[in-house]
Amino acid sequence: MTEPVLSIRDLSVEIPTRKGIVCPVDSVSYDIAPGEILGVVGESGAGKSMAGNAVIGLLNPPARIAKGEIWLNGTRIDQLSGDAMRRLRGKEIGMVFQDPLTSLNPLLQIGDQLTETMLTHLDISRSEAEKRAIAALQEVGIPGAADRLNSYPHEFSGGMRQRVVIALALCAEPSLIIADEPTTALDVSVQAQIVALLKKLCRERGTAIMLITHDMGVIAEAADRVAVMYAGRLAELGPVREILTSPSHPYTDGLMASTPLASRGKSRLHQIPGSMPRLNAIPDGCAFNPRCPYAADKCRHDPGPQGVEGRAACWFPIVRERTA
Amino acid sequence: MLAYLIRRIGQSALVLLIVGLVAFAMFRFVGDPIDNMLGQERTQEDIDRLRGQLGLDQPFAVQYFRFLENAAQGNFGVSYRQGRPVSDILLERAPATLELAAVSGFLAIAMGIALGVFTAIRRNGFTANFIMSASLIGVSLPTFLIGILLIYIFSVELGWLPSFGRGETVRIGNWTTGFLTETGLKALVLPSITLGLYQMTLIMRLVRSEMLEVLRQDYIRFARARGLRDRVVNFRHALKNTMMPVITVIGLQLGSIIAFAIITETVFQWPGVGLLFINAIQFVDIPVMAAYLMLISVMFVGINLIVDILYFLIDPRLRADRAGAH
Repeated sequence: MTEPVLSIRDLSVEIPTRKGIVCPVDSVSYDIAPGEILGVVGESGAGKSMAGNAVIGLLNPPARIAKGEIWLNGTRIDQLSGDAMRRLRGKEIGMVFQDPLTSLNPLLQIGDQLTETMLTHLDISRSEAEKRAIAALQEVGIPGAADRLNSYPHEFSGGMRQRVVIALALCAEPSLIIADEPTTALDVSVQAQIVALLKKLCRERGTAIMLITHDMGVIAEAADRVAVMYAGRLAELGPVREILTSPSHPYTDGLMASTPLASRGKSRLHQIPGSMPRLNAIPDGCAFNPRCPYAADKCRHDPGPQGVEGRAACWFPIVRERTA
Repeated sequence: MLAYLIRRIGQSALVLLIVGLVAFAMFRFVGDPIDNMLGQERTQEDIDRLRGQLGLDQPFAVQYFRFLENAAQGNFGVSYRQGRPVSDILLERAPATLELAAVSGFLAIAMGIALGVFTAIRRNGFTANFIMSASLIGVSLPTFLIGILLIYIFSVELGWLPSFGRGETVRIGNWTTGFLTETGLKALVLPSITLGLYQMTLIMRLVRSEMLEVLRQDYIRFARARGLRDRVVNFRHALKNTMMPVITVIGLQLGSIIAFAIITETVFQWPGVGLLFINAIQFVDIPVMAAYLMLISVMFVGINLIVDILYFLIDPRLRADRAGAH
């Protein structure tokens, strides 16, 4: 196997609060290989965005990395100084945010925003940067790219703006893109286009993508592997087909059963009883145990194994007959 | 752009017409100036003659129209007290006030923006917190008290700076300037600090809160995620967005610097239009008061017009004429 672009080892993020320290990301480990899309799913507050922010070094204080290691292309990056980390942002790690309407500076032309990013990271002339800006806009599918350099963000539609945001994240050719809910704020029809665009860039350039979302449809469409997060912990990690068709963690199982599918007809959707615990009230043992239909005594006292590739974070994983 | 400009100028003209009506109404409601001008020893003949001379026997509408016509030509009649054309007196006094206002306005804007940005970027630093606390003094102390305190410290105790007047001035054409002599510059220091301090702290606190708001925006986060240098993020991305609301307030504040000059000019006996106005009130010198009112409103309206145009230049979203295709 090729060396992973990103490797997270036993990462924890903590936030000191008045009522003690809470842990939005708790001992999470996963890898992303070149040209691979890792889907990170979970409910709001499961810690999926927080992990992404930790990787790019943009945790909002007082949140901080408590333990663990982050490796990018064989270099450890979680202990880098502020300025060294800044040089990495944009150049090695690109980020796409949720809302394209607010991600772009309304007072600067998009050409300027593109060239300033490239001139910060690459040793090229201004005219070369402009040429590359046009190429970048063409690559993300903006018609008449050369004429749009002088346009302001408000002159683009939402989907087009998200394409511009992706062009900005990609323009210094990073090896990893963190896409934090990139389709959530878009129309369904535009969502599919943006997902297709991310997939295309990933294939053509070999860029690794961390696709953070709560939309199972987007995961099924785009991801190669899936990491399922629950209450800051990794519940399950594996190839997308396996997770979608034969989940082994009861939480993933419940999540799948509650995703509407055309094939399932009009029957009532499954619902996981209760809701995800708040960070300051995570139960002892397995965080999912109060909602789990299979919970036993053991689950209430011992958190269970850590979730890793091919092994769910569960004492009693669901085992299915493979119908291959 | 042109249509927008014409509309704004039209609105400005309307405001000035209304202010003109108020200024003119003063003549009719604040006593009979004839009494003041002729004193005790007068005959009915004198009264009628003067009334005819000043046009006070004409109907209201005719008088108002003549007032506007004269005002538009810069003719505000003759000062009751000094017996000279009001426009001459104002022109003579205006440089003192304008120089004072320019220096304090510049101080307030430059220092206000610089300190505001500093306290926003270093919002948890000791220096920033100290500046924020100190700025409360500037906001809460009344202007005249600051002036008197400064006079006490720098003129009475230390004897470094003059406590009143403009110092020596140099005459260039119709303009008398205090910028070219040492005593003139020294005399400017205390009044301009007094006049500008409130505006400076106001601008500083406004810039700080606007900047903190802007720094929370997604596009700032995205700019950081693209690895842009802090300097670029703070000054190119954040400051420009901060300036939008700040410019409006700065515009209004510049107007009130000229209006507030009345107090500062009184404290420092500064020979400007503010002091002239105070003296005019004491003598019910209505032509001077009316002219002062018109002058201040022209300045306010003019500054607001400039602010609107600046808005237009800074924010591309207002420039409707260059909207691109979707």
